[in-house]
Amino acid sequence: MALPTYASPLEKAWHYSYLVICGLIFLFLIAPIVIVIPLSFNAEPYFTFTEKMLTLDPEGYSMRWYDSLLTFGMQNPESERGASFWSDFWGNATWMQVTKNSIIIGFFATILSTALGTIAALGLTRPEMPYRKQITAVLISPMIVPIIISATGMFFFYSWMKLPMPSFEGGFHIEWTRLAGSYLGIILAHAALGIPFVIITVTATLSGFDQSLVRAAASLGANPRTAFFKVVMPLIMPGVVSGALFAFVTSFDEVVAVLFIADHTQQTIPRQMWNGIREQISPAILAVATILVLISILLLTTVELLRRRSERLRGVSPQ
Amino acid sequence: MTDATGQLTTADGKPLKAALAASLATRRRRAFLLVAPLFLFILVSFIVPIGQMLYQSFYNDTFSATAPNLVQWFDEHPAGSEIDESAYAALAADLALMKQEKTAGAAGTRINYDVSGSRSMFTSTARKADKFEPPFKEAILAEEKKWDDPIIWRAMRSASSPFTFDFYLAALDLTRDDSGSIVPVAEGQAIYKTLFWRTLSMSIEITALCLLLGFPIAHLLAVLPMRKAMLLMILVLLPFWTSLLVRTTSWMVLLQSQGVLNDLMVWMGLIGDDGRIQMMYNQTGTIVAMTHILLPFTVLPLYSVMKTIPPSYVRAARSLGATSWTAFRRVYLPQTLPGIGAGGLLVFILAMGYYITPALVGGADGQMISNMIAFHMQKSLNWSLAAALAAMLLAIVLIFFWIYDRLVGIDKMKLG
Repeated sequence: MALPTYASPLEKAWHYSYLVICGLIFLFLIAPIVIVIPLSFNAEPYFTFTEKMLTLDPEGYSMRWYDSLLTFGMQNPESERGASFWSDFWGNATWMQVTKNSIIIGFFATILSTALGTIAALGLTRPEMPYRKQITAVLISPMIVPIIISATGMFFFYSWMKLPMPSFEGGFHIEWTRLAGSYLGIILAHAALGIPFVIITVTATLSGFDQSLVRAAASLGANPRTAFFKVVMPLIMPGVVSGALFAFVTSFDEVVAVLFIADHTQQTIPRQMWNGIREQISPAILAVATILVLISILLLTTVELLRRRSERLRGVSPQ
Repeated sequence: MTDATGQLTTADGKPLKAALAASLATRRRRAFLLVAPLFLFILVSFIVPIGQMLYQSFYNDTFSATAPNLVQWFDEHPAGSEIDESAYAALAADLALMKQEKTAGAAGTRINYDVSGSRSMFTSTARKADKFEPPFKEAILAEEKKWDDPIIWRAMRSASSPFTFDFYLAALDLTRDDSGSIVPVAEGQAIYKTLFWRTLSMSIEITALCLLLGFPIAHLLAVLPMRKAMLLMILVLLPFWTSLLVRTTSWMVLLQSQGVLNDLMVWMGLIGDDGRIQMMYNQTGTIVAMTHILLPFTVLPLYSVMKTIPPSYVRAARSLGATSWTAFRRVYLPQTLPGIGAGGLLVFILAMGYYITPALVGGADGQMISNMIAFHMQKSLNWSLAAALAAMLLAIVLIFFWIYDRLVGIDKMKLG
């Protein structure tokens, strides 16, 4: 944005102060996220920069908080870093267990919400869809309804509802299990919370989709199934994947439903962070935060690349 | 083709109109069938649970189901009747029943919502319930003379019907007096109205701050060349993709009295080491952290609207003699209103229902209505009051969702 040559000194002054203001707002946006990264390497149990850190003295920095993350909850944290250490880590370390839970729950919730959401988005974008607005409003509502209300409602319903689920304890059999305190309960809850994001991203992709491509495929002899998998699917794939990533992040970052529905076996990363922040906040939380920031950078990059790919694909199709 | 009457027909002789209608109906059904599985899923896993919870806000049978004799006595004796021996007999019978079924605690908890301290009366008297002999009035009063209190009997009367709107009264800081008419609660006990107002005013402040901070950067992003704008956009999107808990933690680190911001100000000499500012565990902390968390939700809609505004309009205004301020106020600003509406409403809706950030950095005066719902769910265990508060919060949020739909349209919602 260049200033025109005829700009008055006052306008020039305003222009530069405007840029400074914008810079400060960007700083406000990004500083809190960046600040945790160096602080997580603090050698002291403080949440601020020590003098040694500021003078870039290597002694001011350490990996001790990452180390404490690694060994927290292990049976023999002091043992040598051999095979037995790592199997102890895999089986007992608290952060390992919550990471496994987060990934399992996030994975299945994402599959469920993406599959159902994509199919629904295909229906919602058809021009002949009846009651489109009302139905969309209902499908978007998990994003709008305050999370405490959703979680409370799910707590009552899932404590009451029982479903037959396979059990492997004492030989394989089917057992009537309560949804609350089960993996399935949290997966269903997280799938419901992730669906609005899938609907929004996939309908946005489909709104730019040229329906004549489907008719062209049909005229060339493709049945609806072939047309869908060979023509529609590849074109909307970037939108579907970003929707899935949104759904995964929603589940990966969700704490309130887990607080209400899960029992101690289904604790997730944010749930464990919540404990850490509420009880006694130590810089180990900053180490977790740093790892999560790196993950979000990775996700953001993926989504941006997908969006560009989607735009390129849509650019190819006639508008 | 046309038939004898001159109507248009299809090849197999059906009237064209009917054939088209049938084909449209099929296509509508097909479209609906695609949406149906998800709709059912949301209905069962989301809408029904919320409905079930809201039901609890006006239906609570914990007392009426455990005290059948008292329920019957209250049915037969209208409000204002003397609490006579027959009432105490019913009470003794119910206490014995509660002892047998171990429900005295539950029933006492229900009455405890209205009269604090009454739960222990139920549990302790029920423990002796099978020893009571007529006359029951003397026997029970000898055990615990607080049963004499008309407040207890009024509370039991109102709890004897499972359907009640008393929880909504409580959520509005209202109560019933001796004659049963609705009056405001005592000055010191009124908390919910204040809390609703605080939630509302904090949400408005946060929305205003988000718009104030979001507007300049959205404008900058919209007018910069694509490549530079994309780079800066990352600074908006990265917070958007970062875990909520991470962002809240970061603000705790920054705002602590021994934290980075205070250290920085001490170092710069703005404040003395003993004059560190308390920025966290109060309203300031909640507002700052929530503004940061919700800011991307205003920037993105503003940006997508500003992107469509041709720069030539402002230039035309300037060439016609408008000062840059007038050109901005009369030409540019009105065109950004859809973005301001979309971003502002979305942030307001999300802020009204916020739970995590106020719970972690809010302290005492930064709590919002969601935190009170969680308190009644987890600590005081007054689930019906939690449900009544939730119903009122939900109503407010849905009204704004409806306004959002009318002004912006839910199908226009975009992410990233």
